[in-house]
Amino acid sequence: MEISRRKLLGTVTTAAATTALPMSRARAQAKPVFKLGVLNDQSGPYRDTGGITSVICTKQAVEEFSSLMQGYTVEVVTADHQNKPDVGASIARQWFDRDGVDAILDVPNSGVALAVSAVAKEKNKVHLNTGAATSDLTGVQCNENFISWNYDTWMLAQSTGGATVKAGGDTWFFITADYAFGHKLEGDTTALIKSAKGSVKGSASYPFPGTTDFSSFLLQAQSSGAKVLGLANAGGDTINSIKQAKEFGLTMDIAALLMFISDVKALTLEVAQGLHLTESFYWDLNDGTRAFTNRVKSKTPDNWPNMSHAGCYSGSLHFMKAINKIGATAAKASGKAIVEAMKSLPTEDDAFGKGSIRQDGRSLFPSYLFQVKKPSESKGTWDYYKLVQTTPAEQAWRPLKDGGCPFIKA
Amino acid sequence: MLMVLGYNIGPLLAQGMLGLINGAFYALLSLGLAVIFGLLNIINFAHGALFMLGAVVSWMLLNWIGIGYWPSLIIAPLIVGAFGVLLEKVFISKLYKLDHLYGLLLTFGVALIVEGLARNQFGSSGMAYAVPDSLRGATKLGFMIMPTYRAWVVVASFVVCISTWLILEKTPIGATLRAATENAALVQSFGVNVPRLVTLTYGAGVALAAFAGVMAAPVYSVNPNMGSNVIIVVFAVVVIGGMGSILGSILTGFGLGLLEGFTKYIYPEGSGVVVFVLMIIVLLLRPAGLFGKVS
Repeated sequence: MEISRRKLLGTVTTAAATTALPMSRARAQAKPVFKLGVLNDQSGPYRDTGGITSVICTKQAVEEFSSLMQGYTVEVVTADHQNKPDVGASIARQWFDRDGVDAILDVPNSGVALAVSAVAKEKNKVHLNTGAATSDLTGVQCNENFISWNYDTWMLAQSTGGATVKAGGDTWFFITADYAFGHKLEGDTTALIKSAKGSVKGSASYPFPGTTDFSSFLLQAQSSGAKVLGLANAGGDTINSIKQAKEFGLTMDIAALLMFISDVKALTLEVAQGLHLTESFYWDLNDGTRAFTNRVKSKTPDNWPNMSHAGCYSGSLHFMKAINKIGATAAKASGKAIVEAMKSLPTEDDAFGKGSIRQDGRSLFPSYLFQVKKPSESKGTWDYYKLVQTTPAEQAWRPLKDGGCPFIKA
Repeated sequence: MLMVLGYNIGPLLAQGMLGLINGAFYALLSLGLAVIFGLLNIINFAHGALFMLGAVVSWMLLNWIGIGYWPSLIIAPLIVGAFGVLLEKVFISKLYKLDHLYGLLLTFGVALIVEGLARNQFGSSGMAYAVPDSLRGATKLGFMIMPTYRAWVVVASFVVCISTWLILEKTPIGATLRAATENAALVQSFGVNVPRLVTLTYGAGVALAAFAGVMAAPVYSVNPNMGSNVIIVVFAVVVIGGMGSILGSILTGFGLGLLEGFTKYIYPEGSGVVVFVLMIIVLLLRPAGLFGKVS
């Protein structure tokens, strides 16, 4: 039989169409896929406090919960927002509009988080923040599609700042990163100092990012006559500030208002010993935190989880529990419905123990004030903290009525 | 206390001193850039990454093989300089006949790759590099405490800058090099191997960046991002000083360090832009830069 080219093409196309049909029908019946997008800094100053370890911890939660997913599956995607609010917001739009992402996680850098939070509300998706600090996210800028998981500026001010004031540090000078986060942290701490009848002698706001030399501000702090140097910054900036304070023989007490375990590792115990800092998670806190860390540490051996990373794990688990509660179809339809379900369920996992989420999107866990160990007290890398004080969940966070969250009044 | 423009002289002096220290780094880095641009006509955007590489190599020498700060000051620039020579041989030498823009794009790409690899290997928190024992401690100057190491940075970079300028301007090698960039064919006809000379010059410029990196390691933490923070300012220094002017880049480096230091005291928020404001003013009034020759 002679086969013409046209005939051959026709046969192939029909065959393709007939085989494709059942496939597309099968796809229609397939389980819905929920996508978690981990959006953070993967190349800049906050890479180690979030970065790839946040992705690993999110995947860990998905892996552990996979047998409990009721009629759906979960995928994890990731992107670098480069600490730029415009980049963050446009990735969020693309994820929601084109890629079918249902929830965005982590998002360190308060400037970026505020931008992404607005996009998530507009698209009725979920923003589960574990990386940004400004307490405005659950205050005046709050919305019903948002949850803040593990820390904020008010809680840090209360814990580290409160302990410093209690120890007699009543006059302060701030070195502040000149953007949303730094100013909010300085503001929340200032309010606390003033309520304890202390005073702020001055502050220097430096350009962020891009400042590496803090000696100029340290000298200003020293000559202000204040007893305490408040560092309203994070990551590499905090590391350089502390390092240079030692170099210039600064005689003030240093209150590093936001510091992570990776910062302590970078500073070394010799330099960081004795500092106080606050986290809501530490790997060696209890059996649960140790068990969680044991499960993930082989996947991220050079960067053990901090409270942001653990927040991605814990938040993702709770997100999936909420889907189970309202069903995959309802969850796919509305981010707000998922957030409401998350608020109605108590939280429980290895990393943060038992907790709850308040109406304004504030998760409530205890906060822990740690002191950095002396080199002689440490058993090795990552054995860095001594627990000094635990603030129970009821006292650790700004009271609901003081936040000014608009939809709470309504 | 003595006042200047409503500010106490003590803190102003202290800020000026700190500005000079930062200026020392600007001068060292812009010097390398100026040498490379002035003699090779390449806008070396990889300079910041090579500065970082200097610091990282000195950290690796210390932590992996136990080679301390002082030998590192020579060895790390040699290693990074050799990398520069390789870079020049394999890539940059192909671009001399093309527009400046190609060199800029190529070196920018190299910078991204080098920084990305370093970040992948070492993370972004940075690694501590201790101040060498012999330079520990600090001296009270009355108006400030001067860490010995920072004083050393100013002195060492000043000496290196002046030596480089002397070599290029006052020695036969420098003369040959300058002649080769003016008219390569003519110099080659005198029996000078011009391509090799150019390669070694690029290597030397890169070694200067690495030297600055080793000097910076104990001051800042050794961080894969340390180069990208500083490179833009250093380019502004070179533009203000006059592209390719060796003496111009040295003086402007120290001068802008001072200007930035005072700004940090008077209006800290503006310290990130003051250099660029000056750059715009200079470009408007003297497009060739303060020390540049109008071509």
